[in-house]
Amino acid sequence: MKFVKHYLSYIVIGALAVIISAVGAAGGIPGTFSALLEQSVIAIILAVSLNMVVGFLGELSLGHAGFMCIGAYVGGKLAVLLSSSLGGTNIVTVILALIVGGLCAGICGFIVGLPALRLRGDYLAIVTLAFGEIVKNIFENSEFFGGQTGLKTPEFTTQRSTRFVLFLIGAVIVLLTLFVIQNIIRSKHGRAITAIRDNEIAARATGINVTKYKLMGFIVSAVFAGLAGVLYSYSQQSLQAKTFDYNYSIEILVIVVLGGMTVNGSIVSAVLITALNNILQTNLGGSFAVAKDLIYAVVLILLVIYRNAPALKSFREKYNLANLWKRLVKPKHDPSRVGDDSVRWDVVPTKISMDEVLSTDVVIDTTGDNSADIGERGGNK
Amino acid sequence: MKFLETLINGFSIGGIYAMIALGYTMVYGIAKMLNFAHGDIIMVGAYVIILFLPINPVVAIIAAVVLCALLGISIEKIAYKPLRGASPLAVLITAIGVSYLLQSLAQIIAGPNPKLNNLFEKLFPKFLETHRGGIITIGSFNIKLSTIITLACVAVVMVGLTLFVKRTKTGRAMVAVSEDKGAAQLMGVNVNSIIMITFAIGSALAALASTLMMLDGQKFAVDMGSLPGIKAFTAAVIGGIGSIPGAMLGGIVLGLVECFAQMAGFGEYTVAIEFSILIIVLLVKPTGILGKKRREKV
Repeated sequence: MKFVKHYLSYIVIGALAVIISAVGAAGGIPGTFSALLEQSVIAIILAVSLNMVVGFLGELSLGHAGFMCIGAYVGGKLAVLLSSSLGGTNIVTVILALIVGGLCAGICGFIVGLPALRLRGDYLAIVTLAFGEIVKNIFENSEFFGGQTGLKTPEFTTQRSTRFVLFLIGAVIVLLTLFVIQNIIRSKHGRAITAIRDNEIAARATGINVTKYKLMGFIVSAVFAGLAGVLYSYSQQSLQAKTFDYNYSIEILVIVVLGGMTVNGSIVSAVLITALNNILQTNLGGSFAVAKDLIYAVVLILLVIYRNAPALKSFREKYNLANLWKRLVKPKHDPSRVGDDSVRWDVVPTKISMDEVLSTDVVIDTTGDNSADIGERGGNK
Repeated sequence: MKFLETLINGFSIGGIYAMIALGYTMVYGIAKMLNFAHGDIIMVGAYVIILFLPINPVVAIIAAVVLCALLGISIEKIAYKPLRGASPLAVLITAIGVSYLLQSLAQIIAGPNPKLNNLFEKLFPKFLETHRGGIITIGSFNIKLSTIITLACVAVVMVGLTLFVKRTKTGRAMVAVSEDKGAAQLMGVNVNSIIMITFAIGSALAALASTLMMLDGQKFAVDMGSLPGIKAFTAAVIGGIGSIPGAMLGGIVLGLVECFAQMAGFGEYTVAIEFSILIIVLLVKPTGILGKKRREKV
């Protein structure tokens, strides 16, 4: 059970990837649907990698699209350069483009992060925002990368039976993203990163190198954004620097926030929002695009207020799904009933929730089967 | 002459940035939050001007200032007030949400196409008859009337705001709240109303800035506020966020950089240059040029 819970996201995504690829190989995926699949995969990578910074590091990055832009342009340009010798969509070219694109984004993450992460909260948001604008501005005007007309990139064949390969590559990168990020978070480095999020001063006081871990989280996030960019450049016929603007970064942020700033939540909300966007846009036409933004904005504001407003704290705790579940399914754990019925002193509610610990001691006291244990805990009283 | 013209243009553009930056910096100083929706208030102001322009240009400008001040207050009451005391990240995301909301609402109401405005023609019809394009020529030196108005307006606003903050009771209450909210409250300052006044002043300044932009012939577009907003924000940070003279200085520095970069032939890369300056300033002096260092307490 624990195994399944631990690896749920890998299992679900892996199984889906295998099934979809099998259907794709048989030529059963229509073109519009394969585009949707590619978009979802890219959105997942972007959301999970941004969540590394926003959810785990607790810093706001508004330049995620900038890192994606670097990956897309560098990877796309490399694919164009290699298309005459190796072939633009050759698997070797794709892997090279991914590596180079991801590395370049990571290096930029290092260059930006090194100064920026010494600043706190709001300033980091500003610097990442500025970085995104700088990247967009440079690529927009650089002749080498196509300039204003955009960069024409090699595209995967539009044939049904081979188009799924891009999705498959994307799915593999999603698994890689999950593997790297989940493992970092569950390791001692990840504990350090979440400690910094919870209280930076306390983390520094316990000897955590704050700058190092912040930088690490930031670079990992940038690398995967770069990979998503390379995938994006393959899924599009040409790249426009305008795409990677401030609003795109915000869209990714919306996905992460709606997903509750967790890894699994980011995956689910990335797929849902991409699908919703895509389906509604093709069915309702251009006028919907505007209403969609309005709905996102309202949902974002209400959700953040609901989840964070100090005035709603008691309400949240009362009507929390997890708490509701506990109340309905699990009977309330009453420490006074564990041992002797006569021990009723702890029914008076105290502010300090030490009563459970104390009553456990009392239980051990009455049975008296482990005296060494009592001695150890006695010190705590 | 070219140099002098660029210098004056730089001061006038910088003045507009400074005016917007004042809104950012005052709100940051008092509510300790980055009001991302500030740039979009510029856009709302411009739209109000376009709506009321057929009636009377002066009425349109007054309506823009008043409605924007009201909008600023209501945004604060609805979106930011419930989150007072919550984590800064939550407040920042809400502010982004509000900015997104205003933009998409404007897109629904006003449509995606840019709209021309004739504020200048309506305000100075006689002047345009004698001076083509609203340009005053003295020898080989050209200057637009809108530039002169902008410079005068910015100077008046800056002096007025400085006097307001230093001399009036409300202004000093503002300084007190930005220094220490709790202590100010104990001294009998109504923190809620001070925050409200701050948002009102900031938004009114944004409306005034949009008036000056319209006067210069800027078209109305849904995203017209985002780039000036981000740049003004940059200006506020360069000058030291939370500091009123800092915002003025930062705005003017940014305006001069923009105009001289254009004169030197780097017109395409102005955005990159400006934001690089921001990053460099933050590196050398993380609190900005005139910002005060605050000691972090556990």
